[in-house]
Amino acid sequence: MPVSVLLILGMGAAVGFISGLFGIGGGFLMTPLLIFLGIPPAVAVATQSAQIVASSTTSVLGALRRNALDHKLGAILVAGGFVGSALGVWFFAAARRAGQLDLVIVISYVTLFTIVGSLMLKESIREFWHRRKGGTVRLRRRAGEHAPYLGWPLRMRFYRSKLYVSVIPILALSLFIGFAGALLGIGGGFIVVPALLYIFRVPTTVVVGTSQFQIVCTTLVALILHAVTNQAVDLVLAILLIVGGVFGAQFGARMGRHLRAELFRFLLAILLLAVGLRFGLELVLQPEEPFSISVQEVRS
Amino acid sequence: MKALAILLFLLAGLAPARAETLITSLSNHRVLINSNYTGTQIAVFGAIERDAQTVARATGYDVVVTVRGPRQFLTVREKERLGPVWINQEQQKFPSVPAYISVMTSRPIAEITSDQLRQRQRIGLTALVNSNDFTTGRDGADRPFRDALYRLKVQEGLYLEDERGVTFLTPDIFRAGIPLPATAPPGNYDVDVTLFADTVILARTTTDFELVKTGFEEQIGVVARDWSLFYGLATAAIAIFFGWLANVIFRRD
Repeated sequence: MPVSVLLILGMGAAVGFISGLFGIGGGFLMTPLLIFLGIPPAVAVATQSAQIVASSTTSVLGALRRNALDHKLGAILVAGGFVGSALGVWFFAAARRAGQLDLVIVISYVTLFTIVGSLMLKESIREFWHRRKGGTVRLRRRAGEHAPYLGWPLRMRFYRSKLYVSVIPILALSLFIGFAGALLGIGGGFIVVPALLYIFRVPTTVVVGTSQFQIVCTTLVALILHAVTNQAVDLVLAILLIVGGVFGAQFGARMGRHLRAELFRFLLAILLLAVGLRFGLELVLQPEEPFSISVQEVRS
Repeated sequence: MKALAILLFLLAGLAPARAETLITSLSNHRVLINSNYTGTQIAVFGAIERDAQTVARATGYDVVVTVRGPRQFLTVREKERLGPVWINQEQQKFPSVPAYISVMTSRPIAEITSDQLRQRQRIGLTALVNSNDFTTGRDGADRPFRDALYRLKVQEGLYLEDERGVTFLTPDIFRAGIPLPATAPPGNYDVDVTLFADTVILARTTTDFELVKTGFEEQIGVVARDWSLFYGLATAAIAIFFGWLANVIFRRD
């Protein structure tokens, strides 16, 4: 792939910086950037999963040391995530065979990012408004406040997260994240974290560690499955991304401690919407070259 | 019947008298390239041998060198507008086409021989791309896809035609340089040399060379293809190792 090594390293560092700043994986930024750079979407998605594995490993190890991880909740999330990942990789291969993989990836990005971005934007503006009026917004756990689906059958007690909920919605969430992660080359932290926080009311102390634990496990499976099924993992590119990302993330994390929470969420929402919009344009604008060649197999 | 037999006899009798013999040689039968390679060239040398009976030719000789790379199964797709979005719709399969084609000639190919002969004998890039064994004809619907394949391959530098690619060193000895771009895939390359005089084919020889990729990146490619599970596990292990390393280096407590 004739792409400059320094460019990839620099991009890895920049995205790592942003991901450290916001405390998220950064896959949702890196994969689109790689695609915009001209790297085939299949390779971008599959290779980016290696970078997600590396960055989540770092945060899981940190969480383990601080004991900020709910093992039981993590295990349930991972179980759902594995199934989702396998489905995602299978779907990825099927779409690739049909010649519609690029379309699937672009449409998924547009949909996901527009929805999540707008929700976040709404949330951060509302929070900002509340704060200006002097009130403080805090998540309080009151009895009878939970959504009805949390009380579905198969309830389970999670002591660490102080939860007693049905595992069905948790499995559904992790299944979706695993699927989206494998298909789009994202970890999904930016969805899992808010979902656990707002829907399941998992305490903030364990939420990041637990979601990172799920991400590292499911992305690991996605990475190996991508290598076996789609043979789209580029080791050299992966190492460049990892090295760039690791350093960027550390500096980002240092900066991030000085950033206010609602400002941070606002910026993240803008970022998501921008990436979604960029993908949307790709879909709507007339392509310069409507034809493309794909190699089905090499005969020698 | 009788007339035909006589005609055949005459042709058979004429052929040896007209014959020139073509002798060609490649500078290399095995091209080794490594990953930081920027493309290379391989040279074809040829000599035209005439015996005592060979008729004198009013016009000079012309030579066409055609190189075909390893075959690939390609699909060309066309994006079309569907509602507000552009998506891949029509497609055309090219079951077995060379990944690389170069046609080197001593003169513009249209001046060397007629359209019909080029099409029949598959001389020249256009004739090759338009030939029946490239893809199935669909009453003209295959036309834009053939054109697109041609255009995209030329852009990539994998299909090329050079009307000054063959140079005559003496009236009977010529050489041609075959450019091989960095993107040329490994495999077997057939070299076909055709000798013309006065729009007629006099002789044809074929030879071949092998393009072998060596070096780190190529070996990784082989492992990724043939040992995909091992490759996946190794990539995962490397990723985890880097993650752990970052955790150790940047430990804050």
